Formats: sequence, structure tokens, C-alpha cells
Amino acid sequence: MSETVLANTAAVEPVIQLTDVNKWYGDFQALRDINLNVDRGERVVVCGPSGSGKSTMIRCINRLEEHQRGTIVVDGIELTDNLKNIEAIRSEVGMVFQSFNLFPHLRVIDNLTLAPMWVRKMPKKDAEQLAMQYLERVQIPEQAYKYPGQLSGGQQQRVAIARALCMQPKIMLFDEPTSALDPEMIKEVLDVMVELAESGMTMIVVTHEMGFAKTVADKMVFMDDAEIVEVATPEVFFENPENDRTKLFLSQILTH
Amino acid sequence: MVDSAAPLPGQKPAAEPAATKTTTPPPVEKIGVLRWLKENLFSSPFNTVLTIITLFLLADWIPSFFQWGVIDAVWYTTDHNVCRAADGACWAVVAEKHRPMLFGVYPYEEHWRLVVALIVYMITIILTLTPRFWNLKILVPLWIVGGGTVALMLWGGLFGLTYVDSSQWGGLPLTMVLFTGTVVIGFPISILFALGRRSHLPAIKAICVTLIESMRGVPLITILFVAVNVFPLFLPEGMEIDKLFRVIVGMAIFFACYQAEVIRGGLQAIPRGQYEAAEALGLGYWQHTVKIIMPQALRICLPGIVNHIIAALKNTSFVLIIGLFDILTATTAVMQDPLWRRFFVEAYLFVAVVYFIFCYALSKYSQKVEGWLSEGRRF
Repeated sequence: MSETVLANTAAVEPVIQLTDVNKWYGDFQALRDINLNVDRGERVVVCGPSGSGKSTMIRCINRLEEHQRGTIVVDGIELTDNLKNIEAIRSEVGMVFQSFNLFPHLRVIDNLTLAPMWVRKMPKKDAEQLAMQYLERVQIPEQAYKYPGQLSGGQQQRVAIARALCMQPKIMLFDEPTSALDPEMIKEVLDVMVELAESGMTMIVVTHEMGFAKTVADKMVFMDDAEIVEVATPEVFFENPENDRTKLFLSQILTH
Repeated sequence: MVDSAAPLPGQKPAAEPAATKTTTPPPVEKIGVLRWLKENLFSSPFNTVLTIITLFLLADWIPSFFQWGVIDAVWYTTDHNVCRAADGACWAVVAEKHRPMLFGVYPYEEHWRLVVALIVYMITIILTLTPRFWNLKILVPLWIVGGGTVALMLWGGLFGLTYVDSSQWGGLPLTMVLFTGTVVIGFPISILFALGRRSHLPAIKAICVTLIESMRGVPLITILFVAVNVFPLFLPEGMEIDKLFRVIVGMAIFFACYQAEVIRGGLQAIPRGQYEAAEALGLGYWQHTVKIIMPQALRICLPGIVNHIIAALKNTSFVLIIGLFDILTATTAVMQDPLWRRFFVEAYLFVAVVYFIFCYALSKYSQKVEGWLSEGRRF
């Protein structure tokens, strides 16, 4: 799988294109004129103060939120009200949530095989084989027959990553994946994400883990007050940011 | 559920971490009868007073009930005068009248068919409720054979059995038909109503809200009257739908409207994240409803669901007012007999025991199901 992704990296067309995207909640503008292109295999880290629209932006990419103006094109498919398009995009885009959102009534293995069996129509045996493969990749195959409630937070988040990977997505979205974790569990999840990044997966990660950002990001995106303020490589972003708001934000989170 | 908990062939079951440290047991408490009494019956002056009053009342009632119900009781006689002479209960009335009480106005010499029907019915229900048989390859044939046998026994008209019209059905089998029909038809409808009421499609939502609110706004008796007396007026001439079936459908819709609100409560308790995770995986509406949302919602509101199922069992006695003889109505009718009518208390106690057995079994079963559903899980 990683080979194919790497081979496609050469393709010119960005895999995600956001053009003049706007969104409002009632009168409150959550996204203002968002423009962002993500190439195949590119790792984008989005940061910014809370309420700046980071989560809203990535949730628009798989239509968990609806944008009201502008266009979003994912892997050549434009997101409209067309349900077929939405489902096609969702099966190509994996998502990992802050609060894991595992299905508590299903065992880990059933959490993983559900979508491949029902959406991809994969036979049960193949789906289980695939699931075990990804559980090994996130290093918890021994938890396969437990329920999510019996796992630690870090283990649950790794299961959630494996669940998303089981759909063999082209793109992975991470919405603050470590924010709900105890400090000692953050590393195990970040390790899995670093490994995933090294395999060539296209990733958009909303996070405040700046160490992780420095390690894996190809592109840093800083958002504030519903708009993208600055886009830069990590070197430029951390050493020499242009915008004053970026400087202020970095000084606030990097003081410790 | 239980089946799927078993490890797959060829896969090792999840290894339990070996206990490496010896654990100390909790401190030994003084456990015993006296401690229990002190904690539960005499923990405060108020509770002590309540306990003493209760004991006093029990001491007064239990011996006199025992005297009436057991020592002075007449257990068996065919002569009502023996009962009249006795000071205690006349349980003989149950033996004397059990057939019309249990089977109503069904032709007397065909009562054996009802016994067969009840036995087959009970076996079918018990097997259906046993997790080991939760497999459509077993359940579907079971329901076809079980339902077919019950229908054949009740209606007859085949294999030399005389035909008995549904208007002549009565007693316990009628109660069972009404109850089962109500739940089997009503439960799927209640799920659809609950989903419909939360639908984003305005037309579906409006229909469900209107139906639920209007059905909940009228008494069950009104619905039965409409089903029996008003509904046929709207049918084209010459068309007739069996009265019993109309009654069952009326009761089922009434049941569904209440049940829908219980299930809606369960649906609202499911966190938004469950829907989002399911949608993000590409599952469609029906897929995530069937696989993700409903199993969790039904588990949450199981006590409420069982509550309404038990109510549905007891609501079957409302058919009294439209001339159907369920077990309670049949008993009332039988107790019109001037020779035995003074022993109606014993007859009704018997019916009460029958109702209690079924209701208690239902509530015990629901507790078991709750146990199965929470196995290996804390959330």
C-alpha cells in the first residue's frame, strides 16, 4: 500500500483542494475564505488557538460539517449535496477523533471489520485478516477480542487509527488525536502517527504537539479567527514566522 | 452476541495478564445475621419503628391468611355446598371452572387443541429467547413450524380438525395471541416511529409526530372501539377484515407509539461522536442505524422497553369492552354462575397468579439480558 502512495506522489494534481471555503454557524463565521492545497503524500499540521476553525476545516473535508461557499475537491471528486459523492469521499478519507469514538458495544476486532465488510463488501475472513494486520501495525494485536471500555485511552486511540486504516484510505485526518489522553499515553499514539507518516500517507493533523509537527510536517498551517493566517515549512514556521499572530501564538505555546 | 464473543478459530484469545503480585483480600468484616439486621432493619430510630410496625402487621396477617387459604380451605370438591359450609378458601372453584376460565367459549370438546397450542407457543417463545438459538437458520424454521402449529390448532379447518372462528377464541390462548401479536407487530413499528421522529425529512417527521401524539392522546379503549366499530365503515363494501386482527393492529399501533418515545430516549443518549465515527467510515444511514446506533440505544432503554411490554400484556384485558373473552373476561363470565359466584375471590386470585407468572418471567428475563449486554464492558 505504501508503495502505491509513494508512486502517486509524483502526480501534479493536489489530492485535496479547498478554494474560498466559507462556513457560518448562524451569524458566526467559522471559516473565512480558506484556500489550501494538499499534495499526495504530503503531511500538513494545522495549529492555532481554540475556536480558530481548525477542526471545522478538516471536518468539512469529509462533510461532517457542510461548507456554505467555495469548493472542496477531494481526490478529483467535488463535495456537493450529492450523497454518492459524499460516500465515495468518506470511504477514501479516514478520520481519527479527539474522543476516539470507538463503538463501545463491539469488540475491537468488530470495530475494525465493520466498515470493510459493510461498505467495501469484503468477506468476513479477509476483513479479519486485514484488521489483525493493522492491529499489529499499531502494536496491540493482543487486544483484538476485548471491548473498547477495557482498554486504556492510548490503546483506544490506536484502535481508532487502525479502524480508519482498515478502510485503506488515501487520506487520513486527525482531529486533535492526543488532546484527550493522559501524558504518558501521548507518545504511543504519536509513535504510530510518525510511523504512518513515514509510510507516505497523506495526512492532515490538527494538533498542539509541536514536537510531532517538527518531526513529520511538510507544511505548517496556522489558523486564527476563522482564517488561515500563515502557511510555511516547519523550519520557517518555527524559526522565522512572518505574521505577528503566529509569533504570539508560538510564544504562548513554546514557553514551557 | 454471546456467540460472537468467542475467539475466532485459529486466533488466540486475548491473553489475560498474569497476576504477578499477591493481592491482599479486603479486611474481614464482622459478617453475620446480627450485622445484617442492624444495617438493614434497625439502622435508625425511624427505620426501627417501621420494622416493628411491619413485623406487627405481618404477624397479624400471615396466620389469618394461612388459616383461610390453607388450613380451612377446600381443595377439591364438585359440590359447591361443601365450599359454602367451609370457613376457608374454596380452591375447588378453580378445579371446577378452570376450563371455561382458561379457554373461554372455545368449543369444549376441542380444548385439547388449545393445550397443544399453548405448549407449542411456550416452547417457541422459550427457544426464541435463548441466546444459543439466535441464528436465523434455526429461528426462521422454528417460527414457521411453531406459528403454523399454533394457527392450525386455533383455527383448525385442516387435517380433519373442525374450523373454529376467531370470534370464538378465548381465555389464556386469546390473551397470548393478543399479546404476541401486539408486541411482534408493534415493536418494529415503534423503532420506525422513533427513527422517523428524529428524521431530517420534514414530511416523515411530521407524520410520526402527529401519529405518536394523537395516539398517546386517546385512551386504549377508544382505539379498540375505532378498530372494531368505526374502521369497518371505511372499508369498501363486501370487504371484511377479521375483527381480532383489527383489534391486534389497533393495540400494536397504540403500543408502538408509547414504545417509540422510550426508544427515542435511548437514541438521544447516544453521543454525537458515534454518528460521526460511523459516517466518517462511509457507513450509510441504515448501516449505521442497524449496526451502531440501535444496538446501543436499545440497551440503554431496555428497562423502559420491558416496562411497556409488561403493560401490553396486561392491556390485553381491555378487550372485555368489545366482546372478546380473554382470560380475565372469561373468568368474570364464568363467575356469573349463581352456584359458585361467591367464590370469585379465589378465581381472581388464580388469574392474578397466572398474570404474575408471565410478568415476573418477563422482568427476570430482562434482567438477564441486561447482564449479557454489559458483559466485558464498562461504559
